Amino acid sequence: MHRHRKGRIVLLGGLAVSGSLLSAMASATDSSAFSTTDSVITTTNDSSAPALSDRLLLTGGVSQVEGSAGGGLTPWAVIGGYGTQDEIGANAFYTQVNLPDYQLNDVGALIGFYNRVELSFAQQRFDTEQVGAALGLGNGFTFQQDVIGVKVRLFGDAVLDQDSWMPQVSVGVQHKKNDQDAVLQLIGARSDEGNDYYVMATKLWLSQSLLLNVTLRFTKANQIGLLGFGGDKNDSYQAEFEGSAAYMLSRNWAIGAEYRQKPDNLGIAREDDWYDAFVAWAPTKNVSLTLAYADLGNIVGKDNQRGLYASIQVGF
Amino acid sequence: MFKHSIRAALIAMTILLAQGTLAQDAAPTPGHSAAMAASAPRDPALKPVFAEFGGKPGLVAIMNDFMDNLMADPRTRPYFVDTDHEHIKAELVDQFCVILDGPCTYTGKSMKSVHRKLGINQAAFYALVEDLQTAMNKHKVPFRAQNKLLAKLAPMHSAVVTR
Repeated sequence: MHRHRKGRIVLLGGLAVSGSLLSAMASATDSSAFSTTDSVITTTNDSSAPALSDRLLLTGGVSQVEGSAGGGLTPWAVIGGYGTQDEIGANAFYTQVNLPDYQLNDVGALIGFYNRVELSFAQQRFDTEQVGAALGLGNGFTFQQDVIGVKVRLFGDAVLDQDSWMPQVSVGVQHKKNDQDAVLQLIGARSDEGNDYYVMATKLWLSQSLLLNVTLRFTKANQIGLLGFGGDKNDSYQAEFEGSAAYMLSRNWAIGAEYRQKPDNLGIAREDDWYDAFVAWAPTKNVSLTLAYADLGNIVGKDNQRGLYASIQVGF
Repeated sequence: MFKHSIRAALIAMTILLAQGTLAQDAAPTPGHSAAMAASAPRDPALKPVFAEFGGKPGLVAIMNDFMDNLMADPRTRPYFVDTDHEHIKAELVDQFCVILDGPCTYTGKSMKSVHRKLGINQAAFYALVEDLQTAMNKHKVPFRAQNKLLAKLAPMHSAVVTR
């Protein structure tokens, strides 16, 4: 427990350091390009400084709970980071969700290649606090899950294609591995690992300052995999709907809400759909903060798991 | 019950998506529609937005700052340094004025022919958008009004971005 906390602090420190490094790098790139303006003019298009972060603010979304670019709960069809079709973007995040009976800690990172492919990794730690003791697992018993994600943009550009209603459409897979196989079997889960396959469509209606996303996810995951995959009630893939709406207040601020439908595979405890309402702030392209009020419903017999979701992301 | 209605909605969406794909395939060429957009279609619905930009004098003032921003931005400066700034600003005022249903006519060339040989990439296009946003912010154009204009300009990417 103590060791884990230490690990968290190291990770957070690492995030802060990498964030400031990235900002320094970005501003160094900017200023060097600026000071060599004259040479840039003569070489016109072939500026020697590597371009960074040229997509528009907040149009890369934030890091969702499984590490993909999206809202807080749901992935979007956007490719994470701010890279254009000629650039690479990347970011790292730390997210904490405080619920009445549980806590979720979540760290991860992603790389976006040429606004086409996104690779992501997230490590989730689901602390059962006193529920763990009540279940005989021990106070603060924690499920840990690693998620590796790949997302590919198929067609469309959510931001640029304002003359058609055609959304940006992407497909993705999230491979998840939980570290508590024995306990998962005990509660009726059929596996400690699984893949979620999903397809999503995202559209920015710029004239309305409104972004909408719909995701269709095929999954067996119980509580997104924190309680394993498949169960005594159901062990087959189910199609689940996820939706987000975000309203842009300014270049730096967006508010919105999300819904995530979930399966209900385990006999021991009912599983509910998830909801949240969020506000996201991106003062620069190198950092964003997201605060949300999340309603995660019933989790292992504890009703009304509602609480604060806070996330920080650094990147370019 | 809820699940059923969601499924129905999803099916409807899938059908819409499929139709959209077909419609896109049926369009002659992407460049064609972009060239049309480049000739700045007048949108009567944007008349109130024209007022929010401060009418034609407002556009003139914004374009002055816009050009300053473009020249100060290393990502866009190379494309404007050897050009007639007054001419470009006047054309932009006319073009935006027409889009916002103001009392103007755009007599400039199509976006496609103007940008064909410039080798502009997506990064430079976005940089220009940011420089325009900065100029509009300086002149206190409401964010929603800014986005209504940008929504009309964004499709020009296919005529402007050539690499």
